[in-house]
Amino acid sequence: MKGFRYLKDVATLELDRETCIGCGRCVEVCPHQVFAVADRKAGMVDRDACMECGACALNCPVKAITVDSGVGCASGMINEWLQERKLGRLGGGSCCD
Amino acid sequence: MARIATQTGFADTLGTWKARWGIGRMDFLVPPGLYAIGRPTPDAPVLVTANYKMSYDIVRLTLDSRNCWLLVLETYGINVWCAAGKGTFGTGELVRRVTSSGLARVVNHRRLILPLLGAPGVAAHQVKQRCGFTVSYACIRAADLPEYLDNGLATTPAMRRLTFTLYERLVLIPVELVLTLKALAVISGLVLLACGVLGGLTAGLTAFGAYIGAVLSGIVLGPLLLPWLPGRSFAVKGAVAGLVWALCYRYLTTAAGWSIAATLAALLVLPAVSAFYTLNFTGCSTYTSRSGVRKEMRLGLPVMGGAVLAGVVVLLIGRLI
Repeated sequence: MKGFRYLKDVATLELDRETCIGCGRCVEVCPHQVFAVADRKAGMVDRDACMECGACALNCPVKAITVDSGVGCASGMINEWLQERKLGRLGGGSCCD
Repeated sequence: MARIATQTGFADTLGTWKARWGIGRMDFLVPPGLYAIGRPTPDAPVLVTANYKMSYDIVRLTLDSRNCWLLVLETYGINVWCAAGKGTFGTGELVRRVTSSGLARVVNHRRLILPLLGAPGVAAHQVKQRCGFTVSYACIRAADLPEYLDNGLATTPAMRRLTFTLYERLVLIPVELVLTLKALAVISGLVLLACGVLGGLTAGLTAFGAYIGAVLSGIVLGPLLLPWLPGRSFAVKGAVAGLVWALCYRYLTTAAGWSIAATLAALLVLPAVSAFYTLNFTGCSTYTSRSGVRKEMRLGLPVMGGAVLAGVVVLLIGRLI
């Protein structure tokens, strides 16, 4: 994204080019322009820009894309971690639950 | 069929302001279902949105003086993007709402126009399979809807490009502040008490101010200065904001009589506090990934905890010698 770059080499996004049918849905749904289609196959042109929202994987009709998507905020993840261990929740709460 | 207003009055503006400050944010549930904007014909486009007050308001205002259908999904008052992440703005709810509203009998086309940020929850090909409607992801911002509709439902590259402008960051800060108030009151009270007992009233008040400033640096300064603070990591950006705060505060309150130990403790604790709060802003950001945040937490939380602990130890040693 223009003016902003997050950590390098952390995204869990994977594309299986063998399975890809080049329909271009991933290009359409990605808000960070990670994909481009050339010669009827999608390719990852900016993998580090991926924010793991999961839109591409869910909308890929042949399941050629995988990504570990989910809550991405620190307090949400601390709460997930606490709840897994049945330790209650962090005070203040998260903005979207 | 309910027809909805496309102009807002004072009550709507007040409601938006209240929602931004986290006051009764969840009391604005719009009943889900199919609505008419203007006088839509069976050929008019069908737009889909969430039943979050601001999503619904922004969409209906943008569509002022147009004729179209608006299908509101039940997302329990959550905005499109967050609801898509949770799956409530999802394939199942969309198909259910298309069926229960009898949309297929109301319109004579089979096309649904969705916000692009709804895509993490909706599988377009499954919607097509299950109810016969084709999904088009229009744009990220509702403000682009008029251009999209006028251009024969064509999305330009700019319409699917996320941004995170100063204003977009600014409007997120109030609710972050409100959500922190309780923790801020408790912890700053403890800081006041502990430092007051240790070093007297002036020391207590100075520490109290330093802590509140560090929290504000992390919640307000970090997010506002985001693109200009060094590093890619939010924790590092927050730590820098906190360090700048610590140095400025130390310089401005020289009269309070800072010991070397107190100065050292402030330089250890305050950046750690700010770093924690700016790291938390990843939840509001439009470009951070879950894996990235996990990495930052795994590396950052122990460092922050260690810095706070070291600061307390330095303070105590300073008292003893």
